[in-house]
Amino acid sequence: MTDIVAGSRGSRVWVNAALPILGAVITIGAWWGATAAFHIDPFYLPSPVDVIDSFMRTPQYLLQETWTTLQRVLIGFVIAVAGGLAIAVTLAASSVVERMAMPVLAAVNAIPKVALAPLLLVWMGFGDSPKIVMVVLLSFFPVIVSTMAGLTSTPADLRELARSLKASWWQTFVKVRLTWALPQVFVGLKVATPLAIIGAVIGEVVNPDHGLGSVIAGSGASNDTPLAFAALVLLALLGVVLFYLVAGIERVLVPWARTINS
Amino acid sequence: MITIDGVSQTFKGRSGPVEAIRDINLTVGEGEFLTVIGRSGCGKSTLLRMVAGLLKPTAGAVQVAGETVRGPRRDVAMVFQKPALLPWRSVEDNVMLPVEIFGWRKSEHRANADRLLEMTGLTAFRKRLPHELSGGMQQRVSLCRALIQNPKVMLLDEPFSALDALTREELAVELQRIHMELGTTMIFVTHSIQEAVLLADRVAVLSSRPGQLRRLVEIPIPRPRSFGHNAHLDQVANISAELHSLLLSDAHLPRTQTA
Ligand SMILES: Nc1ncnc2c1ncn2[C@@H]1O[C@H](COP(=O)(O)OP(=O)(O)O)[C@@H](O)[C@H]1O
Ligand SMILES: [Mg+2]
Repeated sequence: MTDIVAGSRGSRVWVNAALPILGAVITIGAWWGATAAFHIDPFYLPSPVDVIDSFMRTPQYLLQETWTTLQRVLIGFVIAVAGGLAIAVTLAASSVVERMAMPVLAAVNAIPKVALAPLLLVWMGFGDSPKIVMVVLLSFFPVIVSTMAGLTSTPADLRELARSLKASWWQTFVKVRLTWALPQVFVGLKVATPLAIIGAVIGEVVNPDHGLGSVIAGSGASNDTPLAFAALVLLALLGVVLFYLVAGIERVLVPWARTINS
Repeated sequence: MITIDGVSQTFKGRSGPVEAIRDINLTVGEGEFLTVIGRSGCGKSTLLRMVAGLLKPTAGAVQVAGETVRGPRRDVAMVFQKPALLPWRSVEDNVMLPVEIFGWRKSEHRANADRLLEMTGLTAFRKRLPHELSGGMQQRVSLCRALIQNPKVMLLDEPFSALDALTREELAVELQRIHMELGTTMIFVTHSIQEAVLLADRVAVLSSRPGQLRRLVEIPIPRPRSFGHNAHLDQVANISAELHSLLLSDAHLPRTQTA
């Protein structure tokens, strides 16, 4: 009995920590192996060692740029989440507004955002704002869609319960629908996190000043592929950290969700 | 306490109107335990939802405590087939939900919640979340949540039908105790003859499609009653047989005859 429990706990540690690390090690190993085996020119595909070298040459600079990008991502993401939630709640409250607004929102979402970057430059010039706006544009829609889906998925028995207690619309909304929607909201947040980073990078590549996107744009001009890869790796790490941060917040806020869905 | 006066309900279904309930007349006395029994789909839930004020009758009216029912009332509590608990709320917070929604002062009702949890054997589980409880315990929580309203009337829609046989019996006996202790007027919908005979003062047998009142059967067995061995086995057997034949014979009646 104790053996079985200990075994399952051991395998949980294995699944949660060791497997992801193993996956990363295998991926980096394959990358390294490929560059070594085929003698690939670092100009086309630098090896992991070249990338680390490149990072170690100017670590402070790269971390500074990472911080800049992270700030833009976070500010834009917070705006997108707050705005997306507010819009979703408004749409869920009134089917008239929903009918009117949904096609417009879907159309805005369908516009290729890269095409907007030059316009943002015209409207806002250089600096943080056009990048933050790009982050918002890319990440707001999944938040709206998932929140709406959550708000309209309240089970019939809970709706009937609220009615039988004569709960007001607002009481039903706050005490039942909103909390019920949280697991779905987090699905949207997890989709939106990488999009937020992509938004910041688009803004920085098209309209470079600071940030990792600007580093990539600059490295292209100076044929420094390892530096571009160093920036890409930092962006990827940023993505992973933010994703797990959101997942961690979800665990704290909706501990009940896992058990409901399983 | 409750007067059901010529109540009918016809739904507008996709393929034409569906007559669910036709012209039901019933009175339920104060403190009475009425069971409504009928085959599934015969309109039991529909009837109960009309008494609860969740559904407006297409004809007739329901009165509770002398007032015509126009919507849900605070002194009428419902218990559904599913426990309908909020999965993020602990047992005691689920029980307190009606208090919050009614805007009652929580501190005044805490003691009552404690007493109800005690009465249903949930005290040790008060901090647990619903998914950590068995189906039977979840349904006990939903009973407590109904009782905290201090209802004059409780409407129970097949509350135990999703549970296993033993838990059902256990909860039915518990509900009998609650009824004896509090004297709340109850309408209890079921398709179990056993439950009906254990709990009811009177059993209303509905015919199917459309649901009509087929017979009112008195159960003059003294309480507390119990499943299995007791002094009234013959009576229980007779009444059960009668209910059985009423429910079964219904299937052979042609539509025109029930109309
Ligand atoms: N909202 C509704 N719209 C249309 N038909 C309904 C609706 N609710 C119930 N019915 C129909 O009314 C009949 C009685 O349903 P119900 O009261 O749920 O039966 P029971 O509870 O006895 O199983 C069924 O035929 C059902 O399909
Ligand atoms: Mg039913």
